[in-house]
Amino acid sequence: MSGPPGLQEARAAYRAGIITPGRKRAFFIAMALSGLALPLAVYPVFLMNVLCMALFASAFNLLLGYTGLLSFGHAAFLGSAGYVTGHVLKEWGWPPELGLLAGTAVATLLGLLIGGLAIRRSGIYFAMITLGFAQMLYFLAVQLPFTGGEDGLQGIPRGTLFGLIPLDRTLPLYYLVYAIFLLGFFVIYRTIHSPFGHVLRSIRENEPRALSLGYDVDRYKLVAFVISAGLSGLAGATKALVLQFATLTDAHWHKSGEVVLMTLLGGMGTVMGPSVGALVVVTMDNYLSGVGDWVTVIIGSVFVVGVLAFRRGLVGEALHFARNFPI
Amino acid sequence: MSAAPKLEAPPAGDLVLETRGLTKDFRGFVAVSGVDLKVRRGTIHALIGPNGAGKTTVFNLLTKFIQPTAGTILFRGRDITRARPADVAREGMVRSFQVSAVFPNLTVLENVRVALQRPLGTSFHFWKSDQTLRALHGRAVELLEAVDLAGHRDEVAVELPYGRKRALELATTLALDPEVLLLDEPTQGMGHEDVGRVVELIRRVAAQRTVLMVEHNLSVVADLCHTITVLQRGAVLAEGSYADVSTNPRVLEAYIGVPE
Repeated sequence: MSGPPGLQEARAAYRAGIITPGRKRAFFIAMALSGLALPLAVYPVFLMNVLCMALFASAFNLLLGYTGLLSFGHAAFLGSAGYVTGHVLKEWGWPPELGLLAGTAVATLLGLLIGGLAIRRSGIYFAMITLGFAQMLYFLAVQLPFTGGEDGLQGIPRGTLFGLIPLDRTLPLYYLVYAIFLLGFFVIYRTIHSPFGHVLRSIRENEPRALSLGYDVDRYKLVAFVISAGLSGLAGATKALVLQFATLTDAHWHKSGEVVLMTLLGGMGTVMGPSVGALVVVTMDNYLSGVGDWVTVIIGSVFVVGVLAFRRGLVGEALHFARNFPI
Repeated sequence: MSAAPKLEAPPAGDLVLETRGLTKDFRGFVAVSGVDLKVRRGTIHALIGPNGAGKTTVFNLLTKFIQPTAGTILFRGRDITRARPADVAREGMVRSFQVSAVFPNLTVLENVRVALQRPLGTSFHFWKSDQTLRALHGRAVELLEAVDLAGHRDEVAVELPYGRKRALELATTLALDPEVLLLDEPTQGMGHEDVGRVVELIRRVAAQRTVLMVEHNLSVVADLCHTITVLQRGAVLAEGSYADVSTNPRVLEAYIGVPE
């Protein structure tokens, strides 16, 4: 019943004065500024991929780290939003802003549907129901004509944002993706630190007690699930726009597993953890692609070592270190 | 037995909580069978009985954590047999748990504040800052003072010793200002001094409300409760004041096991 170790560490860091409101503000400003400058130094498509996965993992962490729900079907939201955005951009010629909204909206509705059924159960049953739905969706994606089956949707046009900014150039596209990430990240941050977020924590900490205080825990879980699904969809829609294709990979259960991995590796229940985890995993995926199939073995080993040796996740361990060796 | 009851006659209030033929059958095992319970407004009512008598099951039934197989539950004259647990809590009947029920990784202040938060009506507002919850701190500290925890407000609940956790749980329950307070073994696992403090606290908070408590500790019940209902194997064995039930031969037999 105790909270995630990463979160405990974050709370301890607050109490020890390692994290202060001033330092937090300075950190976020530094992060925001470095995000603006980074594409001048690092390959932008790689950065955009990291940002999409970071948003996906952060949205997932809202459930796992802050509500105590382990979803094992989050690829459903990432993947379906990618297909929807790809389809409306490619076949219906929608502008990119509407395409992103359409993908996000479909993922949100899907979240309402899957969440509405899954939250009636908890623990492993909840995880299995979400996995079951995600698998159904995966098979739909294989079978339905508009998804392109094994080939996926290729050559999705990026179009012109608001009819003004052509997105076929890399830098404008990067800044759009960056703005989307910051927006999504802010929504998650605000949700965690809201009156609603405090109820979520109490549910994670002790569900029967929250119920006995008069909170309809299922409704709170559902709202959290829908927010998480919607933002995962936003991440998937953005990714389809960036890479110009939507494939089965994003709807596959491997992705649902990968997001768990990113969150645990970075530190579940910490605000920055999932983003750090996403950076590590996408980097490994990218730079180890030369070694072929061995990449899964390497990532698997990193995960095992990470969970065994750094239970608090990278961010949690960093905070722990800072607390024991104050600067 | 010990200490003569220094209680006045129970207030002749109306019934605030009543069950009729309350029954729970767990696939053939009848945990609660045909219990008629009448709790009068403003009284402290105890539910006692040997282990496995069904006391906690009755609590779970009253607060709708489990559904009865048969029977009805009336709260303030209204049928709540099919209500949902959160509704029952909102209507003013709030329970505590047998094992201490705090939010372990929240601070002491946050524990109480979560209970105070609902009436603000912003509990679904995920777009608002949690700074808006600061308005509740004054009331939260008052509640903590009532249980001698104000000095520990920024500690994490999990680090409190057991007795203080129970006190925190009570403060959290009182934060809802419930009309009926259901306490599941409030003194269980406590040292002698802690028991005395909790009894005093219950007596104090019961001044404005009704308390129904499950208790094992007979000496606690003796000078605290107006009415005592003795359960055995899921059914009511006896009911009345401490003087009545403590001399009832059937109760003595159930507790001490006089051979037939």
